Amino acid sequence: MGKHHQKKRRQIMRFQLEKKPEPSKKMLFATPILAVLLTMVLGAIVFSILGYDGLGAVREIFLTPIMNSLKWQDLAVKAAPLIIIGVGLSIGYRANVWNIGAEGQYIVGGLAATGVALFTHDMSGWWLLPLMGLAGMAGGMAWVFIPALLRTKLNVNEILTSLMLTYVAIQLLNFLIFGPWKSPTAYGQPQTVLFNADQILPYIIPGTIVQAGAPIAVFIAIMAWLIMSRSVFGFQVKTVGSAPNAARYGGFSTNKTIWLVLLISGGLAGFAGMLEVAGPFNRMVPSFPAGYGFTAIIVAFLGRLHPIGVLIAGIVLAITFVGGEVAQTTIGLPNAAVGLFQAMMLFLLLAGDVLVRYNIKRVRRA
Amino acid sequence: MNIDLTIAIIITMVGASTPLLLAALGELVVEKSGVLNLGVEGMMLVGAVVGFAVTYITGNPWIGILAAAFAGSAASLIFAFLTLSLSANQVATGLALTIFGSGFSALFGQPFTGKPIALFKSIFPDSLTDHPILRVFFDYSPLVYFSLFMVFAVWWFLQKTRAGLILRAVGENDHSAHSIGYSVIKVRYGAVAFGGAMAGIGGACFPLILTPQWVEGLTGGRGWIALALVVFSAWKPTRLLAGAYLFGLIATMELYAKAAGGSFRIIPSELWASLPYLATIIVLVLISLRHKGNSSAPACLGKPFISSN
Repeated sequence: MGKHHQKKRRQIMRFQLEKKPEPSKKMLFATPILAVLLTMVLGAIVFSILGYDGLGAVREIFLTPIMNSLKWQDLAVKAAPLIIIGVGLSIGYRANVWNIGAEGQYIVGGLAATGVALFTHDMSGWWLLPLMGLAGMAGGMAWVFIPALLRTKLNVNEILTSLMLTYVAIQLLNFLIFGPWKSPTAYGQPQTVLFNADQILPYIIPGTIVQAGAPIAVFIAIMAWLIMSRSVFGFQVKTVGSAPNAARYGGFSTNKTIWLVLLISGGLAGFAGMLEVAGPFNRMVPSFPAGYGFTAIIVAFLGRLHPIGVLIAGIVLAITFVGGEVAQTTIGLPNAAVGLFQAMMLFLLLAGDVLVRYNIKRVRRA
Repeated sequence: MNIDLTIAIIITMVGASTPLLLAALGELVVEKSGVLNLGVEGMMLVGAVVGFAVTYITGNPWIGILAAAFAGSAASLIFAFLTLSLSANQVATGLALTIFGSGFSALFGQPFTGKPIALFKSIFPDSLTDHPILRVFFDYSPLVYFSLFMVFAVWWFLQKTRAGLILRAVGENDHSAHSIGYSVIKVRYGAVAFGGAMAGIGGACFPLILTPQWVEGLTGGRGWIALALVVFSAWKPTRLLAGAYLFGLIATMELYAKAAGGSFRIIPSELWASLPYLATIIVLVLISLRHKGNSSAPACLGKPFISSN
C-alpha cells in the first residue's frame, strides 16, 4: 500500500522555475494589466462568497468612476497625491532603498506648510503658496533625514526607521492641533484656522473641485521620467539598484545615491502633504493622514517603478478609492473592502512577477 | 515607590509585552530559516480580528486563540506561496501582506465594532490572583504563560533538536542544505506558517488580554516593533524576552504617566505615545553600533532560493 502510494506520488507533475536570461519586456507591461483584470474576477468571486453583490462591487469600484464623467474630478483629486508620492517612492525602490514611511513624510510636509500658513496668516501675496510648497518639501525631507543618516552612517535598516517615524508624525500632528495650533474659533474642535485665500490652491477647471495639485502631479511624473531615462542620475539610481558592484566600479557612490533617493521621496511626499492641506483640506485636521503614503507603495509597484507607469497606476488606485465610495452608497459595500481589493491587486502583481523573470518549466520527477 | 504600585506596573508591563513577544518569537524562527517576512503587522491584525470574532461568537477564548493561530498561518501562506514558490520579492510581498491584513481586519471587524467580550483572565483561584504579593506570579492570562513557555520551546527547538539544526542550516547556507538532501522550500514553508500562527496569537492578545473590544488598527505598529525586536535580540530567544519586556515597560510608563498627572504632565502625552517608536529607532542604532560589520543575521536572510537541478 505504502509503496503503491509512493509510486503514485512520483508521477505527479512538478513545476520548476528557470531564470530567463533577460527579464521579459512584454510581461513587464502585461502583468500589471493582468493583475488588475484578475483582481476584478477574483474580487467578484470572493465578495459574492462573502454575501455581497460581487459583480456589483466590481462594477461600482472599477467601472463607475470611469463611465460617469461626474466622477472624473474626484479621480483627479485623489490621484494627485498618490502619483506624487508614488513617483518619489519608485525612484527609491529602483535603487533598492525602501522608504515605507512616506505617510509620515506626507504628514510632516503638511504640518510644515501649515506652520508657514499660520505664521503668515495675516499676509497676502502670490509668494505664500510657493513658500508653503518649499516648507512642505523641507518638512518631508527633514522627516526622512533621520532614516537616511542612520542608513548611510550606521547601516540601520531604513524600512523600520521610516515606518516608526510615521507613528511619531501622527503624534506630532495630534500634539500641534490639540495644543498650540488649535483654532480659537472652532468650538473646541482639534483643528487649525482656515487658511486665507492666498494660502489655498487655485481651482484649475472652473466649476469643478480640481485644484492645482492634479496638473502638478502630471508635471512631476513627466519630469521624473525625463530625469530617470535621460540623466546620469537616473542611470546611477538604476545601477546602484540592480548591480551594486558595477556601480561601485563605475564610481557611483552608494551612500550618495541613498541620500538622494531618500531626500527626493521624502521631499515629494512632503510636497504632496502641502498640496493636500492647501488644497482639499484648507486647514490642518486630525483626519489629514488618509493613508496616501501607504497606498502609494502599491502605486509604485503597480506602475512598475516607472514614472509614467506610476502616473497610470495612481489613476487606477484613485478609481478604486472613488469607486469604493460609490459602492458604499449604492450597494452598501463597506469602505474597508477597497483596501482588500488593493491588497489583492498587489498580491496578484507580485505573483505575476514570476512570468517576467522566470520560465516555468514542467518537469516529470523520475 | 510602594509595593502595590510596583506589582501593578509589573503586571501591566507583562501584559503589554506579550503580543510583541509572541509575534517576535515567530518571526525569529522565520528569519532563522532565511526568510524575511515584513508582514507581521498584517498577520497580527488578521489574528486579532479572527480571534475577537470567534471569541465573541463562541464565548470561548481558547477557540478564539486557536482560530487566530490558524488565520495568521493562513495569511502567512499567501506570503509563503508568493515568495517561496514564485520567488517574488520578499520585501514587497511582506508589505503587501501588511496592507492585506489591515484591509481584511477593517472589513471583517466592522460588524463587531462596539461589541464587548470578556477579558481572557487568569485561570488560577481568586485567592492567588487577588493576593497582594502572589498576584505578581498568578494574575496573568494563560497567553502570558504560553508566551514564556514558547521562549523556552523556541530556544530548545533551535539549539537542541535536529529539526532546529536543519532549519538553521537552511537559513545559513541554503544551497549546502539543499545539496545534502534537505528541502529548503519545505523547511521555509513550515517556518513561515509557524511565524504566522504566532503573529496571529500575538494579534489576538490585543482584544483578549489588553482591551476587550474591536478597534480598527488596534495593533498600532506593534508588528513592526516585533521585527525590530528580532534584530535587537541578535536572533536569540532569551534576549528577545528581555527586549519585549523593555518595550512593555515603556508602553506601561505611558499609561501610568497619563493617569498620574502632576509632574508627568510637563511631558505631553503625545511624546509618551511616541516613545515606543522612538525607542525602537534608538535600539536599532545601538545594535548597529555594537555589531559594526559583523551582523549576527542569518546569512541567507531575505534571499530567494532557486534550486539549480
